Amino acid sequence: MIELDSITRSFQVGDQSVRALRGVSVTIAAGEFVSIMGPSGSGKSTLLNLLGLLDRSDSGMYRLDGLDVTALTDAEAARVRREKIGFVFQFFHLVPRLSAADNVALPMMLAGVQPTLRKERVARLLADVGLSQRASHLPGQLSGGQLQRVAIARAMSMNPTLLLADEPTGNLDRSTGRDVLTLLEELNRRGTTLIVVTHDQEIGARAGRRIAMEDGQVVADSCPSGEGP
Amino acid sequence: MTSRDTFSLAWGSLAHQPGRTLLIALAMSIGVASVVVLTALGEGARRYVLDQFASLGTGLLIVIPGRAETSGGAPGVLSGQTTRDLTLADADAVARLRGVERVAPLNVGVAQVSRGGLSREAVLLGSTASLLEIRHMRLIQGHYLPAGPSDQATQVCVLGLRIRAELFGQANALGEWLRIGDRRFRVIGVLATQGQQMGFDSDETVAIPVAAAQQLFNTASLFRILVEARGRDAVAPVKEDLLALLKARHENDADVTVITQDAVLATFDRIFTALTLAVSGIAAISLGVAGVLIMNVMLVSVAQRRSEIGLLKALGATASQVRDLFLAEAGLIAALGAVIGLLLGLAASFVLGRIYPVLPITPPLWAMAAAVTTALVAALLFAWLPARKAARLDAALALARR
Ligand SMILES: Nc1ncnc2c1ncn2[C@@H]1O[C@H](COP(=O)(O)OP(=O)(O)O)[C@@H](O)[C@H]1O
Ligand SMILES: [Mg+2]
Repeated sequence: MIELDSITRSFQVGDQSVRALRGVSVTIAAGEFVSIMGPSGSGKSTLLNLLGLLDRSDSGMYRLDGLDVTALTDAEAARVRREKIGFVFQFFHLVPRLSAADNVALPMMLAGVQPTLRKERVARLLADVGLSQRASHLPGQLSGGQLQRVAIARAMSMNPTLLLADEPTGNLDRSTGRDVLTLLEELNRRGTTLIVVTHDQEIGARAGRRIAMEDGQVVADSCPSGEGP
Repeated sequence: MTSRDTFSLAWGSLAHQPGRTLLIALAMSIGVASVVVLTALGEGARRYVLDQFASLGTGLLIVIPGRAETSGGAPGVLSGQTTRDLTLADADAVARLRGVERVAPLNVGVAQVSRGGLSREAVLLGSTASLLEIRHMRLIQGHYLPAGPSDQATQVCVLGLRIRAELFGQANALGEWLRIGDRRFRVIGVLATQGQQMGFDSDETVAIPVAAAQQLFNTASLFRILVEARGRDAVAPVKEDLLALLKARHENDADVTVITQDAVLATFDRIFTALTLAVSGIAAISLGVAGVLIMNVMLVSVAQRRSEIGLLKALGATASQVRDLFLAEAGLIAALGAVIGLLLGLAASFVLGRIYPVLPITPPLWAMAAAVTTALVAALLFAWLPARKAARLDAALALARR
């Protein structure tokens, strides 16, 4: 499903060029659960942003579902994000003035889904993450674990094939983090490809495939695609 | 995204900061309200003046002694010093022209009018019977000046309402005698109230036969000749004939000026329209100021909502959807301001209409439409920059907490 070939990405900081990714080549099959680990600054978030089409590589090739997405226009990239990709962030990123239900509905709103259909799906998504009772609560009235579950419901609202999570448990206590990961694993079991960036060894170990990064490069890959999980 | 969703999201973000939203809307509304009020006033003044002139009749020509440099100027009130005077004989000759319905020679002066111990100054109009029709005046009592040859100095007078009241009080005035200057006149009629006309308040005038006025003022010249043509279409030919006639009578010197009602009306119309536009244009500048305010506030808002914008992009919003969201916010604020402004403007116009009942103060529809459109356009124009800034925001950077 994902093919990365010699991806590089550098950032200009002042008059210095920081090479965040130096030639990353990875292939990930549909339905895999992949964890990406590595020290801070090793390029994990940069890689995830590239995978989610929030950022572009300087060179290299990225194929998503057989489609070359390296040179998509802004509108085309937005469309791919909308239809295929869900994001979960460390800091949840819920819109504070919108209720849990409205936050979950946001991607469908952007995609132009009819309000009645939207309502139905929001109800089901919130039920899936066990938050039916909190539909009308504002983010300020929810705990960290609940916020992340709302964010996961939102990420799944357009039924994406690829779920990208950047340190989804980084802001949660250990047991809440475990619950959130269980929820993500459940989604993966239902067929969604799951890529999780994490610092947590325990969480990393639960992934079917573990990729280790260092200094902008993949230094270890427990189970490269092709050799099969 | 449907436009309904765009507006509801935009509205949600505005409603989240009601104080800020109301303040900007208020700034907009002041601009809209001032455009509405000022155009209402300008239009009111224009209509008032035009109505005043129209009440003089549309077939009216005014002959003024002397050559005017500009055409269509307003008739001066008290002047008469010119090279060659207009005379009663001129007026009688004009009356015989084809297409002329009636002619009223006019002399104007100020004189002391007294009866018994009571005395006051009044504007004295020397004219003929035709003046009543030409100036569309009405009597409430008696007759107007007698018909007959214009050079007959009958000692009779017609009083304006206030003069009558001040000299006679509740008593009967008809048939009574009073003194104007050093002569005695008999009251034969009283004018109905008429309001301002050509610079005089008819309530404050006393009309006497023109020949009597000439004796009183010791002059053989006229201040004006008022000519009424047979209908609007006759005005132009009558004007031509009239100029030719007077030129011939004045030893081939074209030394009179003829003002027609149409020219006066058109001039006033132009002046007032220009004034109204200028004044409302100045008021519209405040809409531009409100636009700058919107831009400023939106720039701050884009900076504050960076992560929200990044999130929307991550969730699949295109750059144009993000831009439209911010434009919708600006549009909604402007619309809110426009509604408040229209209400304020209408209320203020209503109050002004009560304070100055003679002015027909109603804000013209075009002005209200123009004010609202200007408000919306200004808001969208000034919101364009912040909206584009939001649309171009780097999503990955906006979402990262560095
Ligand atoms: N937008 C950016 N501007 C400048 N430098 C950046 C930017 N994004 C990432 N970097 C740099 O690239 C490197 C990799 O960053 P990142 O991918 O965030 O690391 P990780 O997520 O593994 O901690 C770091 O040195 C970081 O400072
Ligand atoms: Mg990171």
